[in-house]
Amino acid sequence: MIDPGLYMALAAVLFTIGALGLLVRRNALVMFMCIELMLNAVNLTLISAGRALNDINGQVAVFFILVVAAAEVVVGLAIIVSIFRLKSTASVDELSELRG
Amino acid sequence: MTPMVEALIFILMAIAAIAGAVTVVMARNPVYSAMGLLGTLFSVAVLYVLQLAHMVAAVQVIVYAGAVLTLFLFVIMLIGVDKSEDRDEKLPGQRLVIAVLAGAVVLIAGGLTFFADFDWVPAASAPINPDLTNGTVQAVAEPLFTDWVLAFEATALLLTIAAAGAIALAHYRRRSQE
Repeated sequence: MIDPGLYMALAAVLFTIGALGLLVRRNALVMFMCIELMLNAVNLTLISAGRALNDINGQVAVFFILVVAAAEVVVGLAIIVSIFRLKSTASVDELSELRG
Repeated sequence: MTPMVEALIFILMAIAAIAGAVTVVMARNPVYSAMGLLGTLFSVAVLYVLQLAHMVAAVQVIVYAGAVLTLFLFVIMLIGVDKSEDRDEKLPGQRLVIAVLAGAVVLIAGGLTFFADFDWVPAASAPINPDLTNGTVQAVAEPLFTDWVLAFEATALLLTIAAAGAIALAHYRRRSQE
């Protein structure tokens, strides 16, 4: 059986790549995918920790995170589409409507 | 399953997951980013199965690869894939510097986690018993509908609100034009 620490290391790498992508990319859609990447890394840690602690509730938590992520994607993509209809761009550099 | 087969599957899926994640970040075309995300999602689903989280793996493939990624592709097609991202460098050589720094950060994060001492606080004494976390539908549904039934109802409400919010956002411009 593979050590849970290995899964943790893989999840840390995936989370870091997602966080870096969120910082580096300017396309709102790709930034959104990077958020999904980070959510997946966290889910992997929850599953591994649940197995290491002999607790099925880790999988229940992942189930809830999946549902919340789905709701988040629905609203987020709707926002991106309505921003695109308003500004004809999906680049976050050109969105400064909330600037004081 | 023999330990060697398990280790082989883990290594293959870890490489596939990292390659997919790198594709998400590096690809110029958002469609390729979405395909990279698909690869990562499937690899992570296989890793779930490897840890006996069967039900969660099925939900991962159905919800993420089936619904969420299709939604992403729809929006990519709607917004237009031909619009290339603004890639001019405001500082000379910033891309090279960030690539080196990013590689270092990824290695440090993975290395720190790998060499960290995972003393699983209370359960460090108890050996891992895969039978206790065999994530069949029944095993996951039992705590879901007893201990966490309130949270379950709350997520149902959240999904309803999200659907209503998405429809409201989609109709916003049309109403303001009238």
